[in-house]
Amino acid sequence: MNEMTKIETTLKDWETDQEVRWCPGCGDYAILKAVQRTLPQLGCDPKNTVFISGIGCSSRFPYYMETYGFHTIHGRAPAVATGAKLANPELDIWLVTGDGDGLSIGGNHMLHVLRRNVNMQIMLFNNEIYGLTKGQFSPTSREGTRSPSTPIGSVDRPANPASFALGAGARFVGRGFDVSKNLPDVLKAAHAHQGAAFIEIFQNCIVYNKDVFNDFAAPKGAGDRQLWLEHGKPMLFGDPKTGLDKGIALDREGLSLKVVEATEDNWEEAGVLVHDATSRVISNMLIEMPFGPFPMALGVIYDDPRPSYSESVAQERAKATEGKQANLAKLLGSGQTWTVEADEGHPTD
Amino acid sequence: MREEVPIHRCIFQQDKRLLFGAREGTYMATQAADLGSANEPSAQPDAVVVRFAGDSGDGMQLTGGQFTLSTALAGNDLATFPDFPAEIRAPQGTLFGVSAFQINFGSREISTAGDAPDVLVAMNPAALKVNLPSLKTGGLIIADTGEFTKRNLDKAKYDVSPLEDDSLAKYKVLAFDISALTIEAVKEYGLGNKDALRSKNMWTLGLALWMFDRPREPIHQWLKQKFKSKPDIANANIAALDAGHAYGETAEISGPLSQINVAPTKTEAGLYRTITGAESISLGLVAGAQLADLPMFFGGYPITPASAILHHLVRLKEYDVTTFQAEDEIAAICAAIGASWAGSLGITSSSGPGIALKGEAMGLAIMTELPLVIVNSQRGGPSTGLPTKTEQSDLYQAIYGRNGDAPMPVISASSPADAFECAIEAVRIAVQYMTPVMLLTDGYIANAAEPWKVPDPATFEPFPVTFLEEKNDGDTLLPYRRDEKGARPWIKPGTPELMHRIGGIEKHEETGNIDYSPENHQAMTDARKAKIDGVANSIPDQGCCLGEPGAKLALVGWGSTFGPIHRAVSQARERGLDVAHVHFRHIWPMPKNTGDLLKSFDKVLVPEMNTGQFKTVLRDQFLVDAQPLNKTDGLPFYIHELEAAIEEALS
Ligand SMILES: Cc1ncc(C[n+]2csc(CCOP(=O)(O)OP(=O)(O)O)c2C)c(N)n1
Ligand code: SF4
Ligand SMILES: [Mg+2]
Repeated sequence: MNEMTKIETTLKDWETDQEVRWCPGCGDYAILKAVQRTLPQLGCDPKNTVFISGIGCSSRFPYYMETYGFHTIHGRAPAVATGAKLANPELDIWLVTGDGDGLSIGGNHMLHVLRRNVNMQIMLFNNEIYGLTKGQFSPTSREGTRSPSTPIGSVDRPANPASFALGAGARFVGRGFDVSKNLPDVLKAAHAHQGAAFIEIFQNCIVYNKDVFNDFAAPKGAGDRQLWLEHGKPMLFGDPKTGLDKGIALDREGLSLKVVEATEDNWEEAGVLVHDATSRVISNMLIEMPFGPFPMALGVIYDDPRPSYSESVAQERAKATEGKQANLAKLLGSGQTWTVEADEGHPTD
Repeated sequence: MREEVPIHRCIFQQDKRLLFGAREGTYMATQAADLGSANEPSAQPDAVVVRFAGDSGDGMQLTGGQFTLSTALAGNDLATFPDFPAEIRAPQGTLFGVSAFQINFGSREISTAGDAPDVLVAMNPAALKVNLPSLKTGGLIIADTGEFTKRNLDKAKYDVSPLEDDSLAKYKVLAFDISALTIEAVKEYGLGNKDALRSKNMWTLGLALWMFDRPREPIHQWLKQKFKSKPDIANANIAALDAGHAYGETAEISGPLSQINVAPTKTEAGLYRTITGAESISLGLVAGAQLADLPMFFGGYPITPASAILHHLVRLKEYDVTTFQAEDEIAAICAAIGASWAGSLGITSSSGPGIALKGEAMGLAIMTELPLVIVNSQRGGPSTGLPTKTEQSDLYQAIYGRNGDAPMPVISASSPADAFECAIEAVRIAVQYMTPVMLLTDGYIANAAEPWKVPDPATFEPFPVTFLEEKNDGDTLLPYRRDEKGARPWIKPGTPELMHRIGGIEKHEETGNIDYSPENHQAMTDARKAKIDGVANSIPDQGCCLGEPGAKLALVGWGSTFGPIHRAVSQARERGLDVAHVHFRHIWPMPKNTGDLLKSFDKVLVPEMNTGQFKTVLRDQFLVDAQPLNKTDGLPFYIHELEAAIEEALS
């Protein structure tokens, strides 16, 4: 996002008169509400806020936001958004994409919008399935996913959106899930980040890929399965009711992470790591932790800003145009020219 | 909207005939210099065709480019044809590594790069072999014997050196060791042989300058500028140039070489420059954006021959131009669409393969009714095809090549100079009708240079854009409510109170909300079609650039075939044949009188560098018996091919 003057709005101000058309129980509803709750808290101005999406269930999102919205074509939203941002750097852009839209057909654009660091918030709704086209497996579907196009189970190895983003050069990688109460905090951190902020949001497609995230997203036992990261805080997890009892430490010999027993009192002795969101190495390890032996890393995993694309483009423009003035007549008559005099009818130069 | 539009006899009148003051009726029956008599000291042909050919490493394009400039400075009208290999660094001395540059210049109006060269400069055996077939009988060959080694002869697949048998008997040959003469000329600069030989092209240029009595000073200046940081190289090149020139003076005494004097063309007074199509499109787009009062956003992805436009625009940032080299052609057009949505003039450019990739996004611009200019510098063939050759085979793609009923205006440039006006026209249509517009040009126009009378921007008619600033239906915003031209309002994100959503899904007629209902889709399909058909109300009626309506035969063309068709028709008319030339700038929609005009001719012949695409469109639109005349060999039409077709059609 950009520096901006805060505007007072309520959740209602961000709702449109359009009937929301997702399946009842779809995780997209919860994300919509989370966003509509967060924008007033951030003081965003609806007229400068834009939602740009590709194609998919998730990409219907802009129609439900009372802002400027552009529902583009499958996979190309990052490119459209890049052009819009360069044309008007004042726009506060939220990009909405799906696992198919953003990593299959639009994987190339996702790579480039991240590496260029175009200032915007990118929300990838990962339901590990192609929702809109009725349930085919997607590039994030787990091996063995049964779908209309993989009746006996998929054989493709899935991509990990967050590690893709990190690998592409993203300077902000966050994770959340549809019904999580922490999702607004991740959105806020993404908004505060100057540059491309990539947020993977696990989203339940209740029709075609029901509850695939329950292993970590279900409320029961969540404390043991979710590691919510916060910069400067120790990586502790566990059931908050009985007290946090585990932490993530570095296995220095194997150069990998390990789960250790630790509490809020003894985590330092237990070697629990303090989250440094500016460390790309640790962020990468957290993203790649296999779920099961490890909890799911969530929250702001990586946040280490560098100049955004529109800033760099503006600087380059300033350099390129220094001392130059637009003068069309002069431009047209530049290069090697000659003058033909009226009477003689042949050149004299 | 312009209501009453004058009938332009044709675009040619605006940009070329007027500018170069050609006189109808003064064409010579023969196309160019009769160099058969070049030995006579006062040879005064009205036009000469010279072809510089060498290895791609020999700098033939540079030589040609500089010779073009000095020719323009000498006041001749001219046309050029750069013909270079697709390979960046083809192996030295090979047949497929030959690079050539042809220029036709004269004291009369020149409309093509010429059919057959009068002079062929061959820097090696391969260049001779590849280019000999086109040389005029009796023409002059200038060859560098230093390169006619056994090795190079083998590479060019010559068993015996053609300089040593009698295979060149039909021509005049001037063969001498240019390589050695160059090394000798630059000796004092202490360059190694390899570096010294790089000046060979300047030596040859010097000789050519002498032949046609051109001043060396502008080239000296250019070399000093080009090698500012390497004065030794600059001086060596100047020495080579001077040596070539001096050689001409000495050789005159004996050899077949003599000075040829081509008088300046009668030309309208004013400031002139040479311009290539890529330059003039870039300048036209900049001018168009200024006339529309918009910042420009250009998204491109490198592809031959379209890249040149990106290269030009990137240097014009002070004209409120933003350029974006995207990750692919899809991203290039999508970013341009995003920029248009945000209130800039979005432009993208590519060639056939890239245009194919942009197809889906063009549909998005059509559905969201955003202005956009798509420049297609056509090349040859499907797939990768012939990247460096010229063809007009993307016409169907331009008019029809999208899913759904997706109408889009198409205009085409007929020459490098004409491309300037076409670019402005594309911008005008895009912003006035809120639509993507395709501008067709081709490899020939993009690379060829011609003299251009520099226009005065004060004479351009501005068409400033107004953005919608408040609701357009009382308290309601109707983003798809149309004006009298059928265009919807342009609304910039960031405007207070006008928040709304657009997208590629079918939209409600007025609110723009998603609406799949049958009556709405029918209404929107009709509205999109009517809007584009209505563009015809803002364009001039079609006229003949030569001849009159009702002629026995009309040659109907579009794009870069303009020059050859024009010359062939004008020569036929001089022989008393009743033939007209009709050339289209507006391909879709076509001028409103097109059907009447075409039906006035007894016969209609459509020469095209494709298998008959425009012919089919004309038949479809107007039920006229348009006959095809096609070629797809990657080369422009020869005048004699067209003349033969005219004779046959009228016999
Ligand atoms: C060019 C193109 N190809 C295919 C489609 C069909 N299509 C629409 S959405 C979609 C996949 C959507 O999956 P995802 O991005 O994961 O979104 P979800 O519906 O799951 O939210 C596909 C293949 C299309 N609209 N356009
Ligand atoms: S198909 Fe799945 S993702 Fe799409 S709306 Fe229904 S539940 Fe949601
Ligand atoms: Mg999905």
